[in-house]
Amino acid sequence: MSETHAIRLRVNGEEVSRRVSPRQSLADFLRDDLGLTGTHLGCEHGVCGACTVRVDGGIMRSCLLLAVQLDGAEVETIEGLSESGAIADLQTAFHERNALQCGFCTAGMLITTAALLEANGAPSRAEIRDYLSGNYCRCTGYHAIVDAVEATARSRRQRQDR
Amino acid sequence: MLAGGQSLIPALAMRLSEPALLIDINGLAALQGIEWSGTHLRLGALVRHAELETSPLVRMHAPLLAMAAPHIAHPAIRNRGTLGGSLAFADPAAELPAVAVALDASIVLMGRGGTRRVGARGFFRGLYETSLQSDEIIAAVDIPPMEPESRVAFLELVRRRGDYAMAGLAATARIANGRIEAATLVYFGVGTAPVPAREAAQALVDGLPTARLQAAQAALDHDLDPPADQHGDAEVKRHLARVLLERAVTALGTQSS
Repeated sequence: MSETHAIRLRVNGEEVSRRVSPRQSLADFLRDDLGLTGTHLGCEHGVCGACTVRVDGGIMRSCLLLAVQLDGAEVETIEGLSESGAIADLQTAFHERNALQCGFCTAGMLITTAALLEANGAPSRAEIRDYLSGNYCRCTGYHAIVDAVEATARSRRQRQDR
Repeated sequence: MLAGGQSLIPALAMRLSEPALLIDINGLAALQGIEWSGTHLRLGALVRHAELETSPLVRMHAPLLAMAAPHIAHPAIRNRGTLGGSLAFADPAAELPAVAVALDASIVLMGRGGTRRVGARGFFRGLYETSLQSDEIIAAVDIPPMEPESRVAFLELVRRRGDYAMAGLAATARIANGRIEAATLVYFGVGTAPVPAREAAQALVDGLPTARLQAAQAALDHDLDPPADQHGDAEVKRHLARVLLERAVTALGTQSS
């Protein structure tokens, strides 16, 4: 299959133009063509959540999108979110509470959590678990992750109140 | 046909499906949007599950859809998966086909020969089987208006949040003076397609909601013939269906609206 299509999109705020094979996933495009390997590929069929990115603001599975579909889209990966400093507090909380061990799921966890905290500044532990139910972690047993998310939400609220 | 792709792309990734040609319909503006026409709620086939959760029009005119949507998979899937895709795929344990049947929705099919409407009850034929012809796509779904006295309940039993249901129930009822005047019960995850439980629904009518529960639960034995699956055998499924019915009757009876 040698057919390729031109796509132009913004990735982490930068304009990107490439030719892609119609069968290439967004995840493979980000990792292999753009070298953005912070997006991890676990199950490659939408179950594990490791490849979660933001497309036009909403979180989506990059393994379940084809790169060719992203012409004109705005994509944000963990690299962009991390470098902007927007989730520095969340990353610190994950670190402090051992909410990661091997780190494979962490990018997806952080992106999903960032979306949760934008939509709901004071989630209960049940709501956190609910929102993260599509992101698998095989190391932590999830408690530490829920702790980190809860702590971040609390400290963001305290900062706002001041 | 590629809509949200949240079932199709995994099928391609696992080589369960190997189409020679894939047509992405996401760019078709005519298949998008949610509108109240005055006589029905029209939902474009490309309406995402996340829109069903948040749309004020859906909440007002089809609250059962808004109640069902958060049960579909996970937020990242709901941002992409579509109503039309879910109906066309017709997974027997999926939420939206059962809701479409419970709400007596009309499914608007578009093909080379024009447009036709099919009632949701006739649309689902069997396991992953619908009345869609090979040259047709779902264009939209029309939901009739809610009656003022009607109430709805949506319940499902899952092992983990976001999984396909072991068993689920979409219910509507017209209630006056604490009595059920009419009820529709549609189960999912207990058959090859959405399963209307007509005898159980009839047994609920004309009685105090809780008093008729046992009769309705017994009637489920006639309504349901669940095949065994990875979640359990037929008797497990029947038990879950009875549990769901009890919870649904409670939910219908205690709703304030």
